[in-house]
Amino acid sequence: MKVRIKFSKSGNMKFIGHLDTMRYFQKAMRRADIDIAYSTGFSPHQIMSFAAPLGVGITSEGEYLDIEVNSTDSTEKSVAALNDAMVKGFSVLDYRRLPDNAKTAMSIVTCADYTLTYREGYEIDRSLEELREAVHAFYEVPEKIEIVKQTKKSEKIIDLKQLVYDFKVLEVEGKPAFYLKVSTGSTDNIKPELVLEHFYKYLGLDLNDFTFRTHRHDVYTGNATEGFYSLNDMGEIIR
Amino acid sequence: MSRPALSDEILLTIDQPARYIGGELNMVEKDPASADIRFAMCFPDVYEIGMSHLGIQILYDMFNRREDVYCERVYSPWPDLHKIMKEQHIPLFALESQQPVKNFDFLGITIQYEMCYTNILQILDLSQIPLHAEERGEDMPIVIGGGPCTYNPEPIAEFFDLFYIGEGEISYDALFALYKRCKRDGVKREDFLRRAAQIPGIYVPSMYEVTYGSDGCLKSFTPKYEDIPAKVEKQLVMDMDDAPYPSKPLVPFIKATQDRVVLEVQRGCIRGCRFCQAGMIYRPTREKNVEQLKKYAYEMLKSTGHEEISLSSLSTSDYSQLEELVNFLIDNFHDKGVNISLPSLRIDAFSLDVMGKVQDIKKSSLTFAPEAGSQRMRDVINKGLTKDIILEGAGQAFEGGWQKVKLYFMLGLPTETTEDMQAIAELANDIAVRYYEIPKEKRNGKCQITISTSFFVPKPFTPLQWATMCTADEYLGKAKVVNEAVKNQLNRKSIRYNWHEADVTVLEGVFARGDRRVAAAIERAYEKGALFDAWSEYFDNERWLEAFAETGVDISFYTLRPRELDELFPWDFIDAGVTKEFLQREWKRACDGVVTPNCRMNCSGCGARRYGGGVCFEGQN
Repeated sequence: MKVRIKFSKSGNMKFIGHLDTMRYFQKAMRRADIDIAYSTGFSPHQIMSFAAPLGVGITSEGEYLDIEVNSTDSTEKSVAALNDAMVKGFSVLDYRRLPDNAKTAMSIVTCADYTLTYREGYEIDRSLEELREAVHAFYEVPEKIEIVKQTKKSEKIIDLKQLVYDFKVLEVEGKPAFYLKVSTGSTDNIKPELVLEHFYKYLGLDLNDFTFRTHRHDVYTGNATEGFYSLNDMGEIIR
Repeated sequence: MSRPALSDEILLTIDQPARYIGGELNMVEKDPASADIRFAMCFPDVYEIGMSHLGIQILYDMFNRREDVYCERVYSPWPDLHKIMKEQHIPLFALESQQPVKNFDFLGITIQYEMCYTNILQILDLSQIPLHAEERGEDMPIVIGGGPCTYNPEPIAEFFDLFYIGEGEISYDALFALYKRCKRDGVKREDFLRRAAQIPGIYVPSMYEVTYGSDGCLKSFTPKYEDIPAKVEKQLVMDMDDAPYPSKPLVPFIKATQDRVVLEVQRGCIRGCRFCQAGMIYRPTREKNVEQLKKYAYEMLKSTGHEEISLSSLSTSDYSQLEELVNFLIDNFHDKGVNISLPSLRIDAFSLDVMGKVQDIKKSSLTFAPEAGSQRMRDVINKGLTKDIILEGAGQAFEGGWQKVKLYFMLGLPTETTEDMQAIAELANDIAVRYYEIPKEKRNGKCQITISTSFFVPKPFTPLQWATMCTADEYLGKAKVVNEAVKNQLNRKSIRYNWHEADVTVLEGVFARGDRRVAAAIERAYEKGALFDAWSEYFDNERWLEAFAETGVDISFYTLRPRELDELFPWDFIDAGVTKEFLQREWKRACDGVVTPNCRMNCSGCGARRYGGGVCFEGQN
């Protein structure tokens, strides 16, 4: 039976990298007595996969991992058991049964959305209104936003217009912030900071590595024409 | 969750920020203000090493059971963070509260190996605590050292206010009670230390006067006051059943060296190998109750979620209930995906059977530690392993499907000859011959035999504490002898040979048997940038040689000088349980190549019987 688990990562846990988060959940499964299935062979490992790795330094309220179980308790009891096994900063939000033929979260992820807020001392010297106008001019007006993206081996030209699904200015605690919905997954993975880097360039400013605090809201599947829907919506609650 | 002491800008710049944020599973959280005593427990090496240490987990659990104590942890910041903390004057902090160590009541440092000495100075330096105990003001933490290296604490004595000699479970309650009384009554630091020196196992270096003779040797070591004991007695747990053990050990986020449940089955070792300090200072051997171990195994696997459990002791094969315990672990946990690891197990029918059940034979290798190549040399060091036993064990293993063997030896042992060194290669060859005796169709290609040699460092409180060492060049010459001998073996293509660095060995030798005068060289080396000397990528021998030269400390005095049988050693003020008479007797037997039977075969009167328990009284209830 396939199960999708939704969790959040907050506070200091943003410093825990992806591989360590995986190890953390493997041990948590044992502590919570989840009847997870193991691969066969001499060194069996838990059947578990994550949707979209979260970079170090980023918090999230919409992370997903898929597991396979031999048997399971209800959603409510499983969420409670897992939360008893969590440390501060990790919370399990949902635990849902997937159809047996469901593809792994990792293979269907297409998009994720984020809010980027200013870290103290890095605030921008522009009003909310000025920023809204600038985003409009940078993102909404042009038909193409071609940028050069550095990859490990080469560089390629990509069109941000095709890969950024939403970009707007928010007001968070009286200060400007940015909301971004960007292409995510094994192909065309866009980091929200990359979009802001080019936006800053457009403003004639340099983006510092620490200007923003990044928070992920959710991870989606689907596409821009037919619509995106949350990975959490694909499973059903176990009663 | 405590707000990190380090900013996002720092944490997101350095390697492995998870080393510095705390918040791990089973971390103890208390209100720091509610504790009468704040204790910072330090392992002076990188987090992944320090978090793997069982002793700290035991004391962390034991201290935090007390309501009036809050024990937190601190490890050595890696060089990347070290640089930032120095530049920005950020005081070193404890992981739990993220508050500066300098505001704590105690800074306890466990000292497991000599090459961490500069890391101790780093901890003090970054904590903004004066390096020398005598320069510390009333508001500074009491800096306390513990662990095996404190069996000769003299080279680092001036950096510590006090040392705890022996197993930590015993005297801390008395020390804490005294500290609370003194704090309440506003007693001065100096007076507290003087009173602490009267607690069994507590050594306060500043309470002793040391003089040296014209030959440079230690002449006298005397208490400064009448109420200070002349001998400091090592502390030992004699009731192994009621001793505290952490049922909820900390589980780090990043992969520690020891990423598993560690179940200590016994303390001490009956074998009496003459080079082994642990085998002497943890006497007498004390076993734990098997029913209690089963309970701990269950609780600890449950509370950590670890996928592996390891049995720990100096010689697990000598644990009398081993078979029962191992079968219990296999029956209860193996099909739940829990791996069972059994280090330091003698290779015999039982252990091969167990390993066959819990390991992948094709991938795993057998480990033998004959320590010396020839039988004569093994008799000198009292290593009971014979060539027949090794070939028998290896033979059984080969028949069972194993094909990888690791062999560990020491070079530079007393009375060693060229033939003894060559015998290392010959023994490896004999093992290979045994492998190729198996019919071709039944074996699985070639066998792989890996020889590793380290250079012997004489340690205090061992029978070989009188031995002289060699120069680094002489050590490398010995490795060359072995290397040549390997090349001359018939089965040389199945044998690989690695040897350790010689420069580090020489320094370890100085620190292991050094006196208070060595401290100046350690401090100078730290000033010159020495740090993480246990890590070969950071060890710089030139820097150390300069530090010794500049401070006038003669390395050869500590390593190459022959020691008289009645020489007063810097560590002789410690009563480690084994008597000097026993050690002298054993040293003479070593020189004559006479073996001494193990504790279960025959008592050799080492002195540990006076503790009134353990193997000395087995079967005598």
